[in-house]
Amino acid sequence: MYQYNEFDQKIVRQRAAQFGDQVRRRLSGEVTENEFKPLRLQNGLYMQLHAYMLRVAIPYGLLSSAQLRKLAHIARTYDRDYAHFTTRQNIQYNWPKLQDVPKILEELAEVEMHAIQTSGNCIRNITSDPFAGVARDEIEDPRPYCELLRQWSTFHPEFAYLPRKFKFAVTGAEEDRAAIQVHDIGIRLVRGEDGTVGLAFYVGGGLGRTPFVAPCIQPFVPKAHLLTYSEAILRVYNRLGRRDNMYKARIKILVKSMGAEAFAHAVEEEWQYIKDGPLQLREQDIARVKSYFQEPEYPVFQGTAPTVESLMLSKEKPSDPAFSAWVDNNVVGHRKPGYVAVSLSMKRETLPPGDVTDNHLDALADLADRYSMGEAVVTHRQNVVFPNVQVALLPPLWEELTQLGFATPNLQRLTDVIACPGLDFCNLANARSIPVAMRITERFQDLEKLYELGQVTLNISGCINACGHHHVGNLGVLGIDKLGVEHYQLMLGGSSANDASIGKILGKAFTEHEIADAVEKALLCYIGLRTSPQESFLATYRRVGAQPFKDAVYGDH
Amino acid sequence: MEIIRKATPTDTVPRWEVVQEDCVHAEDSQALASSGQVTVTLERWRAEADALKARGQVGLRVLGEVDPGDYADVLPHVDLVCIQFPKFADGRGYSAARLLRERYGFTGTLRALGDVLRDQLNYMARCGFDSFVMAPGKDPRASLSAFEDFSESYQPAADEVLPLWRRASLPGFSLSDFSKVDGNREGAA
Repeated sequence: MYQYNEFDQKIVRQRAAQFGDQVRRRLSGEVTENEFKPLRLQNGLYMQLHAYMLRVAIPYGLLSSAQLRKLAHIARTYDRDYAHFTTRQNIQYNWPKLQDVPKILEELAEVEMHAIQTSGNCIRNITSDPFAGVARDEIEDPRPYCELLRQWSTFHPEFAYLPRKFKFAVTGAEEDRAAIQVHDIGIRLVRGEDGTVGLAFYVGGGLGRTPFVAPCIQPFVPKAHLLTYSEAILRVYNRLGRRDNMYKARIKILVKSMGAEAFAHAVEEEWQYIKDGPLQLREQDIARVKSYFQEPEYPVFQGTAPTVESLMLSKEKPSDPAFSAWVDNNVVGHRKPGYVAVSLSMKRETLPPGDVTDNHLDALADLADRYSMGEAVVTHRQNVVFPNVQVALLPPLWEELTQLGFATPNLQRLTDVIACPGLDFCNLANARSIPVAMRITERFQDLEKLYELGQVTLNISGCINACGHHHVGNLGVLGIDKLGVEHYQLMLGGSSANDASIGKILGKAFTEHEIADAVEKALLCYIGLRTSPQESFLATYRRVGAQPFKDAVYGDH
Repeated sequence: MEIIRKATPTDTVPRWEVVQEDCVHAEDSQALASSGQVTVTLERWRAEADALKARGQVGLRVLGEVDPGDYADVLPHVDLVCIQFPKFADGRGYSAARLLRERYGFTGTLRALGDVLRDQLNYMARCGFDSFVMAPGKDPRASLSAFEDFSESYQPAADEVLPLWRRASLPGFSLSDFSKVDGNREGAA
């Protein structure tokens, strides 16, 4: 993984010191809360319902075991023994004290981490494919490009006060596992006609109040222009984006109002001035960053490398059928023979989606060391991936994960819910999300019942800001406030994959006692309508439309 | 009026100082004294260009949202441009400053006015501002340390020619050596 040089290290340490001074001036009254707000936000510090919340950046979701241990230590020392993985591959602490935050930032700097630009109207953490670097369908590892974007966007002096927040996602794979089309800028590594690899830019996607799937404004930008082209987009947005209404300030509104073509033209015009400037990447600039992401030294196998198939036929395989279910569901192929990538499900009945305790974080660090060459990846579905696991070690890994409660074989299944923190923690929320997630998922704890539904995503947000990505769940649930009572809208047909689409509201909202029934009825309706068990919920919905689902869900009202 | 400015404009690593300087930001209807530094709006410049050129000591005063291309033709006639920040969180003035320095080749004094606060000074300086009037009630002397918060920056801007990843790959790199390198700066349009 990327290793800080002396300059990177100096920058995060100076940031910690700078913020320490800003906190001191705030506490002494020298700086007003109004002036302090954007400063703390650019350090990931929000004022939440009950306390401050600190969001720590995990660039492209990648963590070393040493970093995991530090995150555990912070949870234990400065918080209430837990933390929360977010949908943008970051981690949040819900109860830090303002005066402790500078100290936390210093501790993070010790392990090459920070909270820089995890909030505020600036360029946020760059997210990516959780299987980056090991995926079989990858054209090229996207992480070096994420890292270059991270460096370019860190304390970018021109783009610290944008009209609104700004999120990048980058994928190098054929299957989009990073939801790039619902980001402000989504970048896909693509192979051009002559075989060279370049970048397709999707601009103006997003969720929130007005969800859009991003149009592709430029299908092939040479890699050398990753940063010049990004800078051109940001400059156009910074100058022309709306600042009179925060709900119309995201770049998606600008792209929509100008039209994708006119927006692309404005970017092109800006780009002509800067494309040959110093931000153009040379071969060696890319090569230097790539050198940090080289494949680890995988041990060479004697003879044929073991495969998942050979393991499942061998006597080493545990006889428990739960093991087979886990392998089928949570283990995916790896570009290196003899290896697999393993998804750990963070979705359990007993804890809100994405929550981890300090002990969990320590345990993850320990397991990553023993089973995954010391690395783990946080995913945008709030799970954790071990990217480098030897096939032969799957049985003992499964045993250990089962002990910890991370072996639920539910990846890409209904109970693998994305949910925001909701009204229990967040002062923007209209409704609670976590209890609703639990209420729905408790009905599908039985694996047979769960697997009958096939691959399906359920995303839950507690308000229209859509932190739970409800628009792009195959089933989406949105918490709303109706005359002071929490209600929930159900929407169907969303996707954040290659075929990205925004779900449509099915009908009138449900109370918290009705919503789980409604979800279950929609799912039963799908089972009845599908042409075969291979036809997914999304495919069925797209084929038959909303009406049969409306009839099934609202029929007996 | 107290302003913050570069102590020695030619230093590669700038030092900053607070000095007293008189400058009248004239309203459009306000008669100009026969001498002394003044600034006028773009509208007034358009209406009275010949008289203002003849008078001299006239700077231009614009909001950050105005496209520098709209007043590029004025730049050869002024050596002071003031960009106003109605709110510190309005980031358009940062782009305007970079364009003035990097695209339109403006080498005169570029001053930030309005809601100018300590914690934005460093970004403003990186975008090409070399002079600041702090917001009312903010102590300019206490703000000077803002320029020392960071000793490195990743990306090129008006104050830095090359990105850190290119500087860091130079043999025997140290910041003080590097600042003398004549880099690949965009020329004036």
